[in-house]
Amino acid sequence: MTDTGVRETSAVTDAAAMTPARDIRPPRRPGGPGRVRRGFAQWAWGLAGLLVVVLVWEGYKLLGPADGVVVGGARVLPRTTDLAMPHVWEMIGRLAEPVTRSPSAQPLWLVVALAALTTLGIAAAGWLVGVVVGVGLALVMQRWRIAEWGILPWIVLSQTVPLIAFAPVVKSWGSRVEIGAFEWQDWMSVALIASYLAFFPIAIGALKGLQSPDRIHTELMQSYAAGYWQTLVKLRLPAAVPYLLPALRLGAANAVIGAVVAEVSTGLQGGIGRILIQFAGQASGDPAKAWGPIFGAIVLGLVAAGSVALLGVILKDYRRTEEAA
Amino acid sequence: MNHSRRRLATIGGLAFAATLALSACSAPNDSVPGEGGSGERELTPVKLQLQWLPQGQFAGYFAAVDQGYFEEEGLDVEIIPSGGDIVPQDALANGDVDYAIAWVPKVLGSIEQGANLTNIAQIFQKSGTLQVSWADSGIDSVADFEGKKIGSWGFGNEWEIFAAMAAEGLDSTTVQIITQDFNMNAFLQGDIDAAQAMTYNEYAQLLETPNPDTGELYQPEDFNVISYEDTEGAMLQDAIWADTERLESDEEYQDTTVAFLKAVVKGWIYAAENPEQASEITIAAGSGWGPSHELWMVNETNKLIWPSPNGIGVIDEAAWDKTVAGALSAVNESGARLITEEPPATAWSNEWIQRALDELEGDDLDLTGEGFEPIEVELQEGGN
Repeated sequence: MTDTGVRETSAVTDAAAMTPARDIRPPRRPGGPGRVRRGFAQWAWGLAGLLVVVLVWEGYKLLGPADGVVVGGARVLPRTTDLAMPHVWEMIGRLAEPVTRSPSAQPLWLVVALAALTTLGIAAAGWLVGVVVGVGLALVMQRWRIAEWGILPWIVLSQTVPLIAFAPVVKSWGSRVEIGAFEWQDWMSVALIASYLAFFPIAIGALKGLQSPDRIHTELMQSYAAGYWQTLVKLRLPAAVPYLLPALRLGAANAVIGAVVAEVSTGLQGGIGRILIQFAGQASGDPAKAWGPIFGAIVLGLVAAGSVALLGVILKDYRRTEEAA
Repeated sequence: MNHSRRRLATIGGLAFAATLALSACSAPNDSVPGEGGSGERELTPVKLQLQWLPQGQFAGYFAAVDQGYFEEEGLDVEIIPSGGDIVPQDALANGDVDYAIAWVPKVLGSIEQGANLTNIAQIFQKSGTLQVSWADSGIDSVADFEGKKIGSWGFGNEWEIFAAMAAEGLDSTTVQIITQDFNMNAFLQGDIDAAQAMTYNEYAQLLETPNPDTGELYQPEDFNVISYEDTEGAMLQDAIWADTERLESDEEYQDTTVAFLKAVVKGWIYAAENPEQASEITIAAGSGWGPSHELWMVNETNKLIWPSPNGIGVIDEAAWDKTVAGALSAVNESGARLITEEPPATAWSNEWIQRALDELEGDDLDLTGEGFEPIEVELQEGGN
């Protein structure tokens, strides 16, 4: 395909892509022993990071004052009681136990996993809508300068509407939508709110990406007598990939946050947001239980971001550099 | 060759994303209860908005669905739980639902703001709100509140505190209102001197928590409990609200209202007589509490409903007037008021519940709860 950049190609791995990789590295042969070793090292560092978190948690719990650290009336470090900070092994052990004493109760981890999957599905739907809307808006704004002037401030403004005000309105509208056999479902309100948070970074990132080709390249395309569509497909879209991928990842994270918060806000049953508040209500008598859904939400965010990284693998030939959106 | 393989991978990736999205479309659908299933008879769809998540506080409504009482009355009732930001009376006033469960003082506030709603059945006859402090705290009555850190959930749940303080002639601006979380941790850790607790929920949460000093669960002796029911601040709580305008002009809605109330009454009678089953039904309806907590909740809720000397749901005018008086007198910690004038006469009506009770008269049902006996519930650690 067209080689628009002058910078040297380097095989950027996903972990490295989390930060903009502007350095120029000698190309590695794929599949060589170096790559395997590097993959192993990445996992090892990841695990080490996790271990540090566990050690800091338990270390602070062991040595920190029971009442936490209060500076000027504000608690800057949490209490170390079992109520506020259960032991790591208690939280993990609780995951293996049944949710309640009820004979039909499933283990906590399974309940959390199922809820997380539901939320992931809703967030994915919201993310897809966000991608379509975001990229669509970016295309329009790139094509017509006047559209950029007209729309961009509104896109920025849209993100200042607090979710707490927005969620009941969306639910209220949704409950009245009924077109033929199609009836608005409650989860769609949640997906819509997720897409509302997701489209923003995607629109901004895609616009920046579409505008990224240097004038020299667009003029080259003009000299070939290439029209708008040809320039778009051959030049702008490939050039937008390095901007788009981080934007998509941000969008995925936003979609997950939006879905979880909107679930809590609208009272949707079945997702992780719901069990988050449900188990928070049980945190006095069963402190470790409330952490189950929190871990679930973390894994959920990682899976969502990881799924976008998969897209990055597919589009790796276009990823010369990665810009932060 | 290489290109087509890449294209294949792209298509594969897109297909994967699409599958994820589609699975989102289908998965939550399966969990929606009460969809379809209308038999030979055409059922009238009805939406009921709850105040909070499904739990024993609403066991009677879930029992009415489970036992087919609504269907017997020709209704297909969808019970809609609330979350953090869904205000039941707003959802009703907006026309999103047909009926809503809400506390009287909160709706009085909404009515003064312009909502046109009517209390058609006062399910809870008594207030279930407590203010709980440690046994050695010296807070034995509302008179001791001044200057203390008082816990409340906010969102209109705090007015009983201020009404009770106003009745004692106390200055509400001296208290520091601490917003409570979903659990009692803030109280247990000493951030709150006296925490708000419902008899059926948060008080049980305390009794399900191990005392770190003894290793055993906390006992009732460990706490001072002030019940608002015993104070001038007591306000009416869970009531069923309907749209005033539709009640006046829409005949179909009037009939639906009577049918709905008949089924609700039967549901609560079922919960009174079968607390264990009602608790299981509520858990099956999506409540996340452990069995012992859920049963406690159903049992304590029953105690707030029964006995109802005039029949379940009939609004006791004296209690209503007391609620209004409390709402009028209450001034919160920042000096704001809930309402400034008497609510309109349309704010409550016994017409519909009375009609429902009259129609149920011959059915051998204990409509006043004469024979009601609460059960003993033993709470387990964590409510499990």
